[in-house]
Amino acid sequence: MSQAAATDFAATPAEAFAAIEQNGVALMPLRKAGLARFSESGYPSLRDEDWRFTNIEPLTDLPFRPIIDPIDQAPSMEKLGDVAFGRTEADRLVFIDGHFNADLSQTGDQPSGVTVTHLASGLAGLERKVGSLSGGDDNPFVALNDAFFTDGALIQIGDGQCLAKPVHLLFVTTAGKDGESAHIRNWINAGANAHGTIIESHLSLGQAATVTNVVTESRIGDGANLEHVKFQDQSAKAFHLASLHSELGRDARYAFHSIALGARLSRNNLRMRLARPGIECVLNGLYMMRGQQLADHHMIVEHAAPHCDSHEYFNGVLDDQSRGVFHGRILVQPGAQKTDAKQTNKNLLLSDDATANTKPQLEIYADDVKCTHGATIGEMDDDAIFYLRTRGLDTLTVRRMLMHGFAGEIIERIRLDTVREELNALVWDRLEAEHQLD
Amino acid sequence: MLEIKKLQAGIEDKPILKGIDLSVNAGEVHAIMGPNGSGKSTLASVLAGREGFDVTGGEVLYNGNDLLDLAPEERARDGVFLAFQYPVEIPGVNSAYFLRSAVNAVRTHCGEEELDAMNFLKAVKAKMKELGLNEDFLKRPVNTGFSGGEKKRNEILQMAMLNPRLAILDETDSGLDIDALRIVADGVNRLKRDDNAQLVITHYQRLLEYIVPDFVHVLHDGRIIKTGDKSLALELEEKGYDWLVKEAA
Repeated sequence: MSQAAATDFAATPAEAFAAIEQNGVALMPLRKAGLARFSESGYPSLRDEDWRFTNIEPLTDLPFRPIIDPIDQAPSMEKLGDVAFGRTEADRLVFIDGHFNADLSQTGDQPSGVTVTHLASGLAGLERKVGSLSGGDDNPFVALNDAFFTDGALIQIGDGQCLAKPVHLLFVTTAGKDGESAHIRNWINAGANAHGTIIESHLSLGQAATVTNVVTESRIGDGANLEHVKFQDQSAKAFHLASLHSELGRDARYAFHSIALGARLSRNNLRMRLARPGIECVLNGLYMMRGQQLADHHMIVEHAAPHCDSHEYFNGVLDDQSRGVFHGRILVQPGAQKTDAKQTNKNLLLSDDATANTKPQLEIYADDVKCTHGATIGEMDDDAIFYLRTRGLDTLTVRRMLMHGFAGEIIERIRLDTVREELNALVWDRLEAEHQLD
Repeated sequence: MLEIKKLQAGIEDKPILKGIDLSVNAGEVHAIMGPNGSGKSTLASVLAGREGFDVTGGEVLYNGNDLLDLAPEERARDGVFLAFQYPVEIPGVNSAYFLRSAVNAVRTHCGEEELDAMNFLKAVKAKMKELGLNEDFLKRPVNTGFSGGEKKRNEILQMAMLNPRLAILDETDSGLDIDALRIVADGVNRLKRDDNAQLVITHYQRLLEYIVPDFVHVLHDGRIIKTGDKSLALELEEKGYDWLVKEAA
């Protein structure tokens, strides 16, 4: 197995890259440039402003073992078991350790102007596109992804076309060795007035300290309307690094939901560029952490055109010694008048040892804008507890209700009914099973 | 039904209620009036069981039992209801879900069968209609983004659904325009029966034009300084509180 050969001997990205060159994969200029950028920057550290609350040393201490070739024995669908969003009728693309698995995937009757496939099959013609939206980013994990990505989803929706059903991207890690990493690249292009829903879930089968590094580039055309639900529920040892780079067209509607329940450490970089007037962008997130878990959402919403709305809502439930990190920067460029930007981050601490770091940031260079931000860190609201108790509800019921409400606030923004209901039930079960409410 | 005897209470070391005596019988409506800071809301809070208030003397009997010994939810299940002056916004908690849970908590306590979703909806929709609340109200999170009037009507809706034996209305009129006031008062009057009682706390006489009290008590500096019938409220409207305060001094 070349995979084992390639990864066992390599401990650094530069060493591992030999296997990429040997395989002669596509987009070599992008890959080499990525490696060069990474070689220069190295991994980020707590000294970097963008990473000051998120210590990735446990990850950088691991050997670097990219999974360059697919494993021989992919898990069966039974083994994948009761996969999240099973009740949602969707086209499903399944990736095992960053490699497309045709047997487990299922795509159906999408209209002729719609492509739903895996990126490696459609790279011809995308040479100049892949990397075009993420290229300006100095995140070292994007550079690593440029160099090492194996595959990911390719979704193209033509002008005026509509996804006939939602597309579910299911990313599974099966790796059993610490440090084994899947590098995934998704390319999404929604044409003018295109519509659709994309669900992206990340799960683990193994329990090793594996790494998922996913970069998604999405170009949302004029008047297009896209909903994207990202659900991360990896094992408690896993590392999850994700970045989303979106460029939105005139009057586009885009809702991105990040539900982060798993992984030892997860980081979601969201980079939204609102470059045309009339855009409505919603970034909506829920993280529920316990044990030693950490979830970090780091976003930059750039208003580069007038009359755009952007709303960010992030709620976190933090138990045990876990940590939630939120960094929300709204950048309003000169001329982006009538911007309406709103940002909230609320953290509910269930333990004295849990930590929330929240850093809302407004940077405004236009004078006719409405920008608000708010952050809270605290325990449950005593007034709300008392109010509910005076209606006959006991303390435990009240705490459950408030916790459910806190998570529900985020979940209820998901428009697709089946996904919203399934997530609602799942989050509720998780709260009941894992968090001490009394 | 309610016997308040020499009740003294305060926050931390600051005494607020300095010996309240009040008896409320079934079928009666009592109004408690008084200037700001006289202790009206503290009395409501102590009766409902809000934490942070220390009872330093006296007692409160409800149907012969010690009310202050009960947790807030036990009081509610036994039929005590507080309509809040400032109803609390609870984002994310669906109004229908909340209200049905509350109704069923009380019903279970009283040995009644729980209401299923269908019967609950039927009951709540009828009450909502009386209070002029839109049906989308049930889908919204509790009090979240409600106007002042909607919040107060929601209190009365909850009261109607929970069917309390003792309802305490804490400045339910504050922040209401005249139309909303009339709707809220109508809602309260509809709930009046021979076997329940209402304690209406208000700063102004205005509400008492719609909810006619059997007794009016004037609270000042933590004590009831005068008790009369509804004409006392009119007199206060005309002359203010000062003459009474001087008389009491």
